[in-house]
Amino acid sequence: MRSPSRTTAALTALAFVVVACGGDGGPVTAEDAGASDVAASDEELAAGDGDTATDLIDDGDQVGVEAESADLLGAGATFITPLMLEWTRDNEPGIQVNYQSIGSGGGVEQFLSEQVDFGSSERYLTEEEIADAQEIRGCDPLHIPDAFGSVPVVYNDDDLDAALETAGQDSLVLDAETIAGIFAAEIESWQHPDIEALNPDVELPATPLIPVHRSDGSGTTYIFTTYLDHEIDWWSEQYGAGDEIDWAAGTIGGNGNEGVTANVQQQPGGVGYVSYAYAVENDIPAASVINADGNAIYPDLDTIAAGPNSIIDSIPDDFRYDILDVGADGFPIVGTHWVLAWECGYDDAVGDSLRDFLGWAVSAEEADDLARDLLYGPVTGDFSDRVLEQVERINSVE
Amino acid sequence: MSTQTPLEPSGPTSLRASGRGRWGDPVFRWAVLGAASSVLIILGVMMFRTTIDSMPIFREFGFFGFLAGDTWSTGQSRSEVTGEYGAWPFIYGTVKLSVIAVAIAVPLAIGISLFTNEVAPKWLRKPLSYAIDTLAMIPSIVIAVVAIFFFIPYVTDPIARFLVSTPLGELPFFAGPAQRQSYFSAGLMVSIMILPIVTAVTRETFANTPEDERNAAYAMGATRWEVMRHVIVPRGFPGMVGGTMLGVGRALGETMVVAFTVGSSQRMGASIFFGGDAITAVIFNTFATSSPEAIWGLLALGVTLFLMTTFVNILARLIVMRSGRVVGDAAV
Repeated sequence: MRSPSRTTAALTALAFVVVACGGDGGPVTAEDAGASDVAASDEELAAGDGDTATDLIDDGDQVGVEAESADLLGAGATFITPLMLEWTRDNEPGIQVNYQSIGSGGGVEQFLSEQVDFGSSERYLTEEEIADAQEIRGCDPLHIPDAFGSVPVVYNDDDLDAALETAGQDSLVLDAETIAGIFAAEIESWQHPDIEALNPDVELPATPLIPVHRSDGSGTTYIFTTYLDHEIDWWSEQYGAGDEIDWAAGTIGGNGNEGVTANVQQQPGGVGYVSYAYAVENDIPAASVINADGNAIYPDLDTIAAGPNSIIDSIPDDFRYDILDVGADGFPIVGTHWVLAWECGYDDAVGDSLRDFLGWAVSAEEADDLARDLLYGPVTGDFSDRVLEQVERINSVE
Repeated sequence: MSTQTPLEPSGPTSLRASGRGRWGDPVFRWAVLGAASSVLIILGVMMFRTTIDSMPIFREFGFFGFLAGDTWSTGQSRSEVTGEYGAWPFIYGTVKLSVIAVAIAVPLAIGISLFTNEVAPKWLRKPLSYAIDTLAMIPSIVIAVVAIFFFIPYVTDPIARFLVSTPLGELPFFAGPAQRQSYFSAGLMVSIMILPIVTAVTRETFANTPEDERNAAYAMGATRWEVMRHVIVPRGFPGMVGGTMLGVGRALGETMVVAFTVGSSQRMGASIFFGGDAITAVIFNTFATSSPEAIWGLLALGVTLFLMTTFVNILARLIVMRSGRVVGDAAV
C-alpha cells in the first residue's frame, strides 16, 4: 500500500520541479531576457552536433517569434512595488516584467552595473553617478518619472486613536519640526509642548515613541529626509538627506517598506514613514502634516497630486528634481518615482519592449487608473507628453 | 571450528594485481589530496578576496581606527571612500547579544544536562536529548518568523516591560523604553539557537564523569544534589566552558534571526532593551542596496567578524581539547 502513494508523491514533486523550471517564475537574468541573446546561443548550439541541439533550436525559434516583446528585468524601489505588480499583470502591450523589489539603493546599483534592463528609484542619480554611467555605457542614463507618491508619517498607538476620537479630530497633526524631533529621538512622547500646540483639543497620551526608519538604502528615506533637510536647519546639520542616513540612537530600522510597516504595527508607540500605499493596505493611521501655507493636510489622492501639479511646469528637461515647499491643498512630503533606462546599448527587442511598457505606463488611461487605485499620483496631461518624448529616447543612440 | 572460517582471505581476485590497480593508488592519493586542500583553498580565497576588497576602508581609517570608530555613515561614491565607517556599534551589538544569549543558554543547558543525565527516569532520557538535538535542526528563518509573530510580542516584550518598570529599570543596563526589537530580543532568540550545542557538549562531559568518583561520593553518604554539585559539575567544568565558547562562536555568526530582531539602528546603547545592530544584521540588511564604497565597508565588517569567530573557535577548541576528548564537539 505504501509504495504507490510514495510513487505518487515523487511524481507530484517531479511535476512541481518541471513546472518551476519551465515557467516564467524562474530566475531570469538580464541576458536571459534579451531574445537576441537566445538566438545567439542557438547559433552556438547549431555549431554543435546531434539531435539535442536541433531540438533546442526548435525551442529557440519559438522564443525568436516573440522577439518583439522580450521580457524585461527591473529592480529597485519597494515604494512602487504594489503598482509595478499591477502594471506588469495588466499592461496593454502584454510585456512580461520581472521586478525585484530590493530598494532604491539597490535599483541604482543594479542599473549602473548593468545587471537589469531598468532600474527604479525615488531619488535621481547624482552628478557623479551620471558621469560614471556615461563612462559605463557611453551614453546618457534617462530619468523617466512614472508616478508620484507621498510618504506619510504613520503610527501605532491605540490610546492616541481613542483620544483623537474623543476630541472629534480626524487625524493627528504634525509639522516638519515635530516630525524631525520625533525621528531625532528628541521628542519622546506625544505629550510634547509642540505637538500639544498643534493638537490643542486632544488629550494626548504619554506613550513612549519609538521611531522606525528604513535599514536599507531607500528612496522613501530620500523623499522623507529631503523634506526634513529642506525644512529644518538643525536636521540638515545633524542628519542631512540621502537614501541612507545616520539615524539617531533610540530608533529602530526595518528592511523595506514592508519591514517598516511590520515594525510599526508590532511596536506600540512605533512611528514610521512609508509609501502611502503600504499605510492604506495595512490600515495604519497616518498623521496630517502642516504644509508651506500652514494648512494641515491629510494624505489622499487629491492632496498627493496637488504638490507635483504645482511644480509640473518648472520640471527641468533632465527630469531630476525634488518636490519641496508644497503649499495650498498639497500634502508636503511627496516625491517622484523614476524608472532609470539607458539611451543606448539595448538589444532591439528589449529596447522596444521597454519603450512600449513605459510608454503605456506613463500615457495609458488604464495605467493611470491602476496608479490611482493604489494611491499613487499618475503622470498625466502635458507632463505625460514630455515624459513620452523621454521614453522615445530609450535605445535611440547607436 | 566454524569460527576459523572468517580468517580465510576473503577474495583473492580483489587483491590480484592488474594494470588499473597500479594506477589506483596515486590517482586516489591525488584525488583525496585535492579534496582536502580544497577546504584550505576556499578558505584562503575567501579571506584574500574580502581583505583585498575591503582594503580602501582599512587604508582610510586604519585597522584599529575602523574597529574603534563609532559612526557608520555611508557615502554614495563608486570609486572613493566618502562616508565614515566605524565598526564599533556593530561589534558592540554582536558581542552584547552573544553575551545575553550565553547568559540565558548556559544555565539552561546545565539544568537540562543534569536533568537528562541524573534526574530524569531512564525512559525519558533518550527522547529528551533527541528533542533538544531537533531544536538545532530548525532553520533560522523559521525561528526568525516565529520570533516576530510569537516570541517578541508575547515573551520578550512582557519581560522587557516588567524589568523596565521594576527598580532594576533605573540601571542603565535595563533602562527603558523597552523597544521590541533590541539586543535582548535578539539575544533571547539566539540563546534558543545555541542551546542544543551547549547542551550537547555539557551533557557529554557530565556523562563522562568517572563512575568510580560518583560511587565513591554516594558511598560517603552524599545526596544526589551533593554529587552533582561537588563531583559532576566540577568534573565537567572545562567541557562546559568549551561548550559555551562554541555557543558564542555560533551566536556571533547568526544572521537571519538577528537581522529580524536586533533593531537595525546602526547606533549603540547601554540598555539591553535598546534597538541596536550587529555585524551580521547590517551586512544582511544593507548589502543589496549599497553603493560600492559601502560594500567595501561591509566587507571590512565581514573580515572583522571572521577574525572574531576564528578567535573564539580556536579558543573553544583549545579548551575542549584540554578537557579531554568530548563526543559532543563533533557536532560543531
